[in-house]
Amino acid sequence: MYRTTLQGALLASSILAGIGAAAAADVTLNIESWRNDDLQIWQEKIIPAFEAKNPGIKITFSPSAPTEYNAALNAKLDAGSAGDLVACRPFDTSLQLFDKGKLEDLTALAGMKNFSEVAKAAWTTDDGAKTFCVPMASVIHGFIYNKEALEKVGAEVPKTVDQFFAVLDKLKADGTYIPLAMGTKDMWEAATMGYQNIGPTYWKGEEGRKALIAGTQKLTDEPWVEPYRVLAKWAPYLGDGFEAQTYPDSQNLFTLGRAAIYPAGSWEISLFNTAGLKLGAFPPPVAKDGDTCYISDHNDIAMGLNAASAHKEEAKVFLEWVASAEFASIYANALPGFFSLNSTAVDMTDPLAKEFVSWRESCKPTIRSTYQILSRGTPNLENETWAESANVINGTDTPEVAAKKLQDGLDSWYKPAK
Amino acid sequence: MTDLAPELGVEASQRRPRRWHIFVFLAPAVFIYTAVMILPLFETLRQSLFNVVDGEHVFVGFSNFATLFGDPRWAADFWNALGNNFVFFLIHMMVQNPIGVALAALLSLPGLRFAAFYRTAFFLPTLLSFVIVGFIWKLILSPIWGVSPWLMDLVGLKALFAPWLGRSGSALIAVSLVSVWQFIGIPMMLIYAALLSIPEEVIEAAEIDGITGWGQFFKIKLPLVLPAIGIISILTFVGNFNAFDLVYTMQGALAGPDKATDILGTFLYRTFFGFQLQLGDQSMGATIATIMFLIILTGVCIYLFGIQRRIRRYQF
Repeated sequence: MYRTTLQGALLASSILAGIGAAAAADVTLNIESWRNDDLQIWQEKIIPAFEAKNPGIKITFSPSAPTEYNAALNAKLDAGSAGDLVACRPFDTSLQLFDKGKLEDLTALAGMKNFSEVAKAAWTTDDGAKTFCVPMASVIHGFIYNKEALEKVGAEVPKTVDQFFAVLDKLKADGTYIPLAMGTKDMWEAATMGYQNIGPTYWKGEEGRKALIAGTQKLTDEPWVEPYRVLAKWAPYLGDGFEAQTYPDSQNLFTLGRAAIYPAGSWEISLFNTAGLKLGAFPPPVAKDGDTCYISDHNDIAMGLNAASAHKEEAKVFLEWVASAEFASIYANALPGFFSLNSTAVDMTDPLAKEFVSWRESCKPTIRSTYQILSRGTPNLENETWAESANVINGTDTPEVAAKKLQDGLDSWYKPAK
Repeated sequence: MTDLAPELGVEASQRRPRRWHIFVFLAPAVFIYTAVMILPLFETLRQSLFNVVDGEHVFVGFSNFATLFGDPRWAADFWNALGNNFVFFLIHMMVQNPIGVALAALLSLPGLRFAAFYRTAFFLPTLLSFVIVGFIWKLILSPIWGVSPWLMDLVGLKALFAPWLGRSGSALIAVSLVSVWQFIGIPMMLIYAALLSIPEEVIEAAEIDGITGWGQFFKIKLPLVLPAIGIISILTFVGNFNAFDLVYTMQGALAGPDKATDILGTFLYRTFFGFQLQLGDQSMGATIATIMFLIILTGVCIYLFGIQRRIRRYQF
């Protein structure tokens, strides 16, 4: 009895060892991500494309819920059980992980040359010396409109601010459509789709954003207050009871064809495409015809390497591929509205997504002004901007008061290097 | 002498053997309660005296409290949340409890038809989850899809409808009333039980003395259920100052518009766990939690020592 047990154990261990050896030939890399919506795309398109070219490396995409991702990832990294590759949130959340030594420095990765400075900004240290995640995608702000609505009132697609308000007036006079689909209940709509959408045109994109970080401009300066004045003028064109209108309400109003213009982020494209409406898009209007236009082309997602990974070499092979034009093309086409940050132009088939990305040629891109460095302290500038943008549209605060509140809050903790 | 004491002890234990079963039966509850309530409570109190300075977790004494009350921004947020919390509590005391008492009085009327149905109907919202209640009321009050504009239109009051949840003047009142709607069942049930326990003899004696109707309610029944009302008040107080979920589901973590519905619970949540780009600050969060604990402790003490001792109880 004893002998047979021993033999069995020996046999079992040799078989297991054999399996172990076979598995060692194929390295499996685990990807952590918050994009559980993308699971199918990864499994059906992205992973097969990579594995076909790189035999011996297997990829598993294991996403978690978006709201739990940051906390779950931190816990897994601390416990040493995190995947080899991790999706990076933009700015401080990832920077903090890099500073703690959880993410590998990827500055030397060859594929990094495919990305512009702005594209890498969200995953680069403050001094610009080290980049720790490979940029994957960004989202662009603009306005999506219902073509039928504009045809009905005989309006042209607006280029300047005056034309924009003229179109809104026509829509309001006609009365069939709610001119603008936006609410202030959730607040971030007012800040992200409102202020950060039209704002860059006034503060001249990167120029103003960098000046704000450097301390040479203040939020109370004209380029930062003017967008609030324009935003305040939106109020009469919003739907009845916009103060209690939530983000899903706005989406529904637009996809049901009850609203004409939707201040948008490009991530809406795939949802809006399912509505069966004829849609077009235009960039944030400029002050005078012929002025340079600025768009918010905000870095949203990147991929980093877990510093504790056992398969760094293989993971770097994968990251090089993520930095390639091939990945950019697969990703951007599978997820219209999430645009590749790769400098190589990507051919996209979705007309609305194409329209959005075409603005990269004609307009200067920037990122949301509050994301880099300025939202590190208390009070948090991004959260305050949400509240104040909603206040300005609701008429609770004048644009000047709102700007002053934001600047005072920022001054209380942020001391720009002189 | 030295030998005497242990002997006495032995004698005593012989007379009254230690009843171990008490400890054994209490142990699971004590253990679980300590693990999930008492330890975290002390850990929170301790955490409020620490902060992160230059990456080190160090003891800072009361400086977190100094920041909370001294820094104009922290103080403004805190007093705003505390003020809103008092409004929230007052609305509950003024609306929920009187209506609860009234409903209980009506339900306890002899000969009321469908009493069981009403009782269940009024109590049902209390059993619903906050998420469901918040979501239902957000939809009911929605200016776009809601039934309330339509219902008000039916009775010609459409002009009085406003997007209440979105206006800083009315949002807090609206949220409070939703909470009242949800919890009206609790005072109703407690008072109902208290009213039922009033002996028939007392009521009959009152009737013989000619006290009936309203007079009977205010002079006989109400004094007899006062202890129950006291309990309800303190439950409401503790519940309201710990409240968080309803505001979070209806108005989000920023408790908009313009922090008009921010109560201590949401303020604590934002500070402790962070929100969006705001990173969580566990020390300041623990500081706010400590203050909330002290507020509730003070309130409960005032009730226990100031009010409950003076309430007269009647033995029948």
